[in-house]
Amino acid sequence: MSLEQEVELIRRFPIFSRIQPAMQKLLCFSSERLTYEAGQVIFRAGDVADAAYVVIDGSIEISVPTPKGPLAVSTVGRNEIIGEIAIFGDVPRTATCTALTKLETLRISKDLFNNVIRESPDAAIELIRVLATRLSNTTAALSKQMNEKG
Amino acid sequence: MARGGVTEVERSLFRFIFKYSKREQLMIVPLVFGSMFVYFMSLDLPKTIINQAIQGKAFPEPTSTAHLLRYQFTLPDFLGGDVIRLFSGFEVERLPYLVALSLGLLFMIALNGFLKLQINTMKGWMGERMLRRLRFVLFDHILRFPLARFRRVKPAEMASMIKDEVEPLGGFIGEAVITPMFLAGEALTALFFIMYQHFLLGLVALAVIAVQAFIIPRMRRRLLALAKERQLTARQLSGRIAETVDGIVEIHTHDTSNYERAEISSRLGKIFRIRFEFYQRKFMIKFLNNFLSQVTPFIFYLMGGYLVINGRLDIGALVAVIAAYKDLPSPIKELIDWDQQRMDVQIKYNQVSEQFTVDNLAPPESQTLIEHPSLPTDGSVVASNLTLADETGNKSLDNVNFDIPLDRHVALIGPHACGSSELLQLLARLTLPTGGTLRVGGIDIGRAPEAMTGRALAYVGSTGYLFPRSVLENVTYGLNHYPVAPAVYEGSARREHEIYLKETERAANSLLDVDAHWIDYAGAGASGPAELEVKITEVLKVVELDEKIFELGLRSSVSGPLAAEIMEPVLRAREAMRERLGALGIHEWVEHFDPERYNRNATLAENLLFGTPVGKIFDVDNLGRNSYVRRVLKEIGLEDDLLRMGHKIAETMVELFSGLPPGHEFFERFSFIRLEDLPIFQEILASVVESGLQGLDEEEREQLLALPFKLVNARHRLGLVDDAFEGRILQARRYFAEHLPAEMKNGVEFFDPARFNSAASLQDNVLFGKIVSGQAEAPAKIGTLLREVLDELGLRQLIVKIGLDYQVGVGGARLATQERQKIALARALLKRPAVLVMDQSVAVLDPSAQRRIMKNILDYRPSASVYWAINREDLVDLFHHAMVMDAGRIVEIGPVAELKAKGGALSKMLAAT
Repeated sequence: MSLEQEVELIRRFPIFSRIQPAMQKLLCFSSERLTYEAGQVIFRAGDVADAAYVVIDGSIEISVPTPKGPLAVSTVGRNEIIGEIAIFGDVPRTATCTALTKLETLRISKDLFNNVIRESPDAAIELIRVLATRLSNTTAALSKQMNEKG
Repeated sequence: MARGGVTEVERSLFRFIFKYSKREQLMIVPLVFGSMFVYFMSLDLPKTIINQAIQGKAFPEPTSTAHLLRYQFTLPDFLGGDVIRLFSGFEVERLPYLVALSLGLLFMIALNGFLKLQINTMKGWMGERMLRRLRFVLFDHILRFPLARFRRVKPAEMASMIKDEVEPLGGFIGEAVITPMFLAGEALTALFFIMYQHFLLGLVALAVIAVQAFIIPRMRRRLLALAKERQLTARQLSGRIAETVDGIVEIHTHDTSNYERAEISSRLGKIFRIRFEFYQRKFMIKFLNNFLSQVTPFIFYLMGGYLVINGRLDIGALVAVIAAYKDLPSPIKELIDWDQQRMDVQIKYNQVSEQFTVDNLAPPESQTLIEHPSLPTDGSVVASNLTLADETGNKSLDNVNFDIPLDRHVALIGPHACGSSELLQLLARLTLPTGGTLRVGGIDIGRAPEAMTGRALAYVGSTGYLFPRSVLENVTYGLNHYPVAPAVYEGSARREHEIYLKETERAANSLLDVDAHWIDYAGAGASGPAELEVKITEVLKVVELDEKIFELGLRSSVSGPLAAEIMEPVLRAREAMRERLGALGIHEWVEHFDPERYNRNATLAENLLFGTPVGKIFDVDNLGRNSYVRRVLKEIGLEDDLLRMGHKIAETMVELFSGLPPGHEFFERFSFIRLEDLPIFQEILASVVESGLQGLDEEEREQLLALPFKLVNARHRLGLVDDAFEGRILQARRYFAEHLPAEMKNGVEFFDPARFNSAASLQDNVLFGKIVSGQAEAPAKIGTLLREVLDELGLRQLIVKIGLDYQVGVGGARLATQERQKIALARALLKRPAVLVMDQSVAVLDPSAQRRIMKNILDYRPSASVYWAINREDLVDLFHHAMVMDAGRIVEIGPVAELKAKGGALSKMLAAT
């Protein structure tokens, strides 16, 4: 996959969509393409989070640690993104990600992302909007749960 | 005296000159007198030639003969007019007489020149020797300055004083006595000669000289004041420039560059004003001087001519007088110059000597070379009524008393400015107490020579200084106390060294040989180099630097004698590493160099050269310009392809990076094009749009051609390299190697699976390929494997040794702050001091490393004294004793366990955290 195709790919994610095209390209160019073998761990719950991963090919299992051992919660596949919360702030990983198959990713590190966002105020505002939507979704889901329980 | 002259800086320049060069100055005097006599003769001879030989006064008849070499003087009438005959001479005829006299003149001129040459050589010799002495004395003073002095004088100013400001002194010292003597002698001889020829003409000459000697020096007074000002402002300028460099970060972060510009501009303006006024006056004086000296011949022609016409002066004498006068102004002028230079230089000297005259200079005896000083072995550290006050009477230490055996570890704790730093500096004998004494094992360290304190005590501050040498030299720096074994000189080197020593002694410099073997193995508790190596490994482990040094070794390329030693094991490691990768099934994680394949994880340059560039010839930045590379590309028909690639890359780079502000870190990290070159490429791209790639001129082509060489296909994903292109690069690779001109053979060391590459790093040599990019965790995993393999082959020690040769750069800049500090710690540990004095010495390390390394260091010296100022109370439990300080006094002191139980100041501090 060439640089152009990578740019096409990341453009689809809301957090990258409003960044100027040249900056999107720069972000891809400066990011690393990482390949994982099946079974290789991408990151573990509790690790310091420093990057988001865009899946170019293959699939990933997401699991959370429980007292009884890891519990698989979902699978992520091609053209999806994982760990993007990490690039907004200093939060530890909440889940463990493992490659299910041979996996190809584009690793977008926090400092690269920050460096790009800094040059692109529009993108920063868009980012706030994305986060706000997510927050309101989470809050809504939470109150729904509370209501159901109560 | 082995450490060199213990000369103090003399207050006056002439006292300095007479004190140290009296003998040499006197030795030149006879030469000067000889030269005067010869000079007089060379003035007198032409007269004889004209009057006697040419005009034939000595030959009234064609057959007459004259006396050659008859020396007689006719005293002037006012002295009685007697004839004094020194030598009656030989009788010769007229023509041979002329020839003989002319040859005599030639001989005199040559002899005079030769004497002048001798005098000048001796002057230069003497001057340079005195300059060497003076510089040495000044440097010696720096070594003896109290530390407080360095807060007031800037390093750049000190360096500029020793290097530049005393430089003219050397020239002057040679001239100090001889020149005025010589010039005055010359002038007097000439004057005497003129007087001797004709008294009245002599008086005229004398009058002009008197005017010159009276007016010119007066006009020069202002010049001197200007010279002094000029020197001061120039010195301040160099200090200011150094400040700018030191504060460059502040300047950038606070946007004060324009303020600094204005500042320096005003200084340069001031210097300009001073210098311009200086030149104006200087040339005015020059004009006057020239005028005065040229007006005299006018008088001579007029008066002398009148006298000759009247027959009161013969023509030979007039010619001789004019010749003599022609020589007269220049010595007078030079004398005045000399006087000017004298004052100038004296000002310089006084200024420098003022800067170097310090009241509390350490006495020379304190730094006397003692090979085996008596060192404290047991007993206690005893402080009695220790007080330290500054000039204003402010006490930073007030009546400190303690007595702690030499086998204890003591922690000093207290709030900011509690006095612990000052106490530690006293304990390291970096400063001296204003009151009280400090004894270590019974020795008063305030009076002990540095030979004792420098070995028995070791001090590490919060940021240790590294010298710009290798890691090894920095670690062993604390063992360079005295030459342990002399250097061996054979044959001509030996004779040269003897001459060097003789001259060194005359300049009262240090006679110690810097090339001798200085490392005091015994000081490190080792018997020789092998044991020292073991000790060094030990201390590196203690400060957790061993792994880093190993890594530095891996990153180094090895040539010279060590290469022979490491070559064969490295090739074995290469083999073992390949096997290991294969066994683990991760063979493809390293893409090996294969003569028959394109390596997608290597740069295009590496693929083309198939080797490591040595020096600049095939440096990746120069490849586009290298004529041989261009020839190879043309032969294979690659040049147009590369040009197109370069154009593509330039397009992408300009697109990606134009939007970034200058100085963005991405340029450094990712761009193929430097920020400052971006506009050049923008222009090139614009002209390509206009007239295509073929329309580019040679320089633009070079710029574009340089870009693809940095391309790593696997990493950069620009989609520019396909299989066909790879095949042609392989073709070019073969062509390149086959036709490489002989004079470029040294420019590249080819990759060869069976050979050691001395231009590549050890790591690259072992891997013999590139870690594939994009394989998650590959670099870490391969790093681990590499270490395993090298450990198994027993290569660690050797690689650490290579790592120790790593040059740390100016101030250790090539290492991280933490690593620098660790080297400073290792240096202090290696010399096994009786008392280790640590002032916040691990504070720059990260928190967990602080505790670990502190513990390592304390464990390394289980029953040897350590005094450690700490700023984290939780570390106190690593120590035997605690000393709680506040406002220069000891609040609480005793074993840590006791203090904790007592519920005093220490318990309160611990509870607060």
